[in-house]
Amino acid sequence: MTAEPDGPEDRLRRFATIWSRAVFPVTSTSLTRSELEEQLLPLARRLREALLARALDADTGRAVGAALVDAHCTDPEALSRSLDCVDAYLVLYCGEDGPREDLRARASRLQHAMAAGYAQALRERTLAEQEAIAQAALRAQGVVAQALHASEARFRAVFEGAAIGIGIADLEGNVLQVNGALLRMFGGSEQTLRGRRVQDLTHPEDAPQTWKLYDELVRGEREHYHTEKAFSRPDGTVLWTNLTVSLLRDADGAPQYSLALMEDTTERRLLNLRLRYEATHDALTGLPNRTLFFERLEKALGAGAGQRFGLCYLDLDGFKTINDSLGHAAGDRLLVEVADRLQSCATAPGEMVARLGGDEFVALTTGPDTRREVDELAGRIMNALIAPVRIDGRELTVRGSIGIVEGPAGERSAAEVLRSADITMYRAKSAGGNRFELADPEADARAITRHGLTTALPAALDRGEFFIEYQPLVHLGDGSVRGAEALVRWLHPQHGVLGPDRFIPLAEHTGLIVPLGRWVLEESVRQAGEWRERAGDTDPLRINVNLSPCQLTHPGLVQDTVDILERAGVAPEALCLEVTESALIGADDDLLKPLRRLAEMGVDIALDDFGTGYSNLANLRRLPVSVLKLDRSFTQGMQQFPADPVDLKIVEGIVSLAHSLDLAVTVEGVETGAQAEQLRILGCDTAQGWYYARPGPPDRLHELALVDATG
Amino acid sequence: MERPAWAPRSIDISVPSVSRIYDHYLGGSHNFEVDREAARKAMEFMPGLPKISQANRAFMRRAVRYAVGEGVDQFLDIGSGIPTFGNVHEVAQAMSPGARVVYVDHDPVAVAHSEAVLAGNDDADVVAADLRKPREILSSPQVSRLLDLDRPVALLLVAVLHFVEDADDPFAAVAELTAALAPGSLLVLTHASYEGIPLPPERAGGAVDVYKDIRNPLTMRSRDEIARFFEGYDMVEPGLVPMPHWRPDTGPEDEDPWALSGFAGVGRTA
Repeated sequence: MTAEPDGPEDRLRRFATIWSRAVFPVTSTSLTRSELEEQLLPLARRLREALLARALDADTGRAVGAALVDAHCTDPEALSRSLDCVDAYLVLYCGEDGPREDLRARASRLQHAMAAGYAQALRERTLAEQEAIAQAALRAQGVVAQALHASEARFRAVFEGAAIGIGIADLEGNVLQVNGALLRMFGGSEQTLRGRRVQDLTHPEDAPQTWKLYDELVRGEREHYHTEKAFSRPDGTVLWTNLTVSLLRDADGAPQYSLALMEDTTERRLLNLRLRYEATHDALTGLPNRTLFFERLEKALGAGAGQRFGLCYLDLDGFKTINDSLGHAAGDRLLVEVADRLQSCATAPGEMVARLGGDEFVALTTGPDTRREVDELAGRIMNALIAPVRIDGRELTVRGSIGIVEGPAGERSAAEVLRSADITMYRAKSAGGNRFELADPEADARAITRHGLTTALPAALDRGEFFIEYQPLVHLGDGSVRGAEALVRWLHPQHGVLGPDRFIPLAEHTGLIVPLGRWVLEESVRQAGEWRERAGDTDPLRINVNLSPCQLTHPGLVQDTVDILERAGVAPEALCLEVTESALIGADDDLLKPLRRLAEMGVDIALDDFGTGYSNLANLRRLPVSVLKLDRSFTQGMQQFPADPVDLKIVEGIVSLAHSLDLAVTVEGVETGAQAEQLRILGCDTAQGWYYARPGPPDRLHELALVDATG
Repeated sequence: MERPAWAPRSIDISVPSVSRIYDHYLGGSHNFEVDREAARKAMEFMPGLPKISQANRAFMRRAVRYAVGEGVDQFLDIGSGIPTFGNVHEVAQAMSPGARVVYVDHDPVAVAHSEAVLAGNDDADVVAADLRKPREILSSPQVSRLLDLDRPVALLLVAVLHFVEDADDPFAAVAELTAALAPGSLLVLTHASYEGIPLPPERAGGAVDVYKDIRNPLTMRSRDEIARFFEGYDMVEPGLVPMPHWRPDTGPEDEDPWALSGFAGVGRTA
């Protein structure tokens, strides 16, 4: 609509503009002022019409007032400014040519109507909006209440159905609510816990910090804590739990409740204790085992200044014999009885008895005064073993050897202490057993443990720590040197020269005997070859080499021997292999086969230590042997003069039997001329012993033989 | 303690509500005495709060019209509050019938009231959710039903981000929301700031304290900080500016100086 300049329409628009400018700053509308002006323009038109109408229409004024509210001029200041505007400008811009006084009066009445209409509309709008927001709040509360109800029902289901125990207490400690799982854990009814205070639920096993944590929590200084805690059940038993306590705060963050979640760990704990017991105790005797003993020993050794320890290491004498002759069941019963007796010897605080394994036991005493205590302890143990043990109607005498180690804490490791005790115990055993010995550092240093030697053996062979000494074999008829027995020695870097009795059993045990035996054979045969070269026309010296039972069963024995002989250029007849009588007891054809083959080749087989085993003399016929070596025990009776007549008879019988089987007889351990003479008369063929020469280096033997030949 | 999703906030109308206070600033009566009491206190420090609120509404109207003009006819209005005159759906649907609008607010009363106002409008709905949990908004049935996220959406964050504290990482929340939107979507936001307020910050801070007291702390941010919300966006002209300066319909002579408080801007995703 275009307006003629200063025409009625233009003047109406100017009124609307003035009006909108007056009202806009106090409206709440998001419209722009010009948009507001567009909204006011029709209102202005209605005001003009009412102003110019013949009869004043108050409804129009009221409608315009109400329309102001609809246009979001809800601030009463908007009404005030609108009325000012109507008062000042309506007649001026819209009054046209009418009588001013009438127009003014009409405008004034229109203002009254506008005010009434505005007030009415604002009141209705306000009430409607209040109603709407109240309704909305109510609906929202309904929704929330419903959701709360649902969530509460869910929470209750979780609370009641949970497998873990849940309890809620106020900050004073009053237990407000507990669930079924918690009641079941405590094994009681609701009354057991309801109305009790958290602080009453103490238990002697409570960790020191347990209640400190609780106090911090209820003071709001900590949000939660986790601990293992015991509770007393009404029936007096203990309930162990994994306990988590959390602080519940209200909406303002102020502490309100404590919430406890607990898991029953009683069974698991018992199981753990049992597993721990089983892992640390010997199943047969129920005594603490090696593991627990080492724990205690290490604890004792780690104790502070002034603390000492005393250790008795007990090994039963001859237990193996009992086990072998009466069977393991009897052996076990004996061990149980011994364990019980030992247990009764160490009952004071700081004392313990353990079984390390087999027939080895230890008793430990700790404290400041173990120097005296450990002797008493060893004495009690020896006493406890005196009374015979009755098993299967037999009275078995039990004896033991004890090694004692005593000293201050903090100097030695558990392994060192035990090693010292072990060595000392062996010292007691070597001294005849049934006694105790005190550890002595010098003896310890000298002592060579089987373990140490065993582990050093393989490297010793690689490093060439073994060497061979030769002991001459002398012909009793003419006194000439006929050969020598090769005897292996170990030049140990710490312990010096060790004889075969110290390491051959170990080498047999570990299987090292096979390479070691092969080396001895190789070296001895090579030596024999050397003697043969030097001897020229004279009779070549023979060589005797010991074969261990392990070597006998080794499949390479024959081939190795043949190879070695060939390589050294030595005839089989120059070699004699010595086999102990005990190795051939009960030997079947399979075992004898390699020996037979060697014998067929011309190698002599000697039966060593003859007379110590229980070989059937008749059995000699089927063995591929050509030499008997009489054990030294037979010749000991001939060292004095006159010789033991019984020994003489026995040796004479053996020689006669041997010769009738076409076997030569060699005697060992000849130490005197009288002995040598006696043996010669009895018909023995060759002899060896200190009377002729001790074992020595190969050159000495060569010299002896030369002297012999020239002599 | 984190509140489980299924445990709704209780409603306590004795506690002032930000959306009802806003309604009061805008001359409405959708509020209770506690709300008016808080509003009066804040206005003691910043008498221009109603003008700032009005400027926000006016900016929103212009931004919605701009969006429709750019062919965007889907709107996600987070922090929509109590519906009053000139709501997004009214403005948008007047220009483009069938325009889709989803309102989001965490005030259950505002949501209940919105539900009443929107009853019968098939193209608009409201979600009770929190801006701090964008996933709950994006996965709501209302969003699935009304918004096609393969087409551009106008995301409206008008006068709401200053109610998210740094600890709740509003930047991450906005990034998560916009990551779900198709290229060409618009980010429409306004944010309170000490910059532009015709008062020294110490005095304006009194109003901030009022919001802290009613446990809806107001975080005033600098223009630079507010600009970070638009990282990765092409800013629509004239950029991040005081609200009345963003594509005004009328000349500056009508503007109240209070309206210059804070900043408004629109960005477009590539």
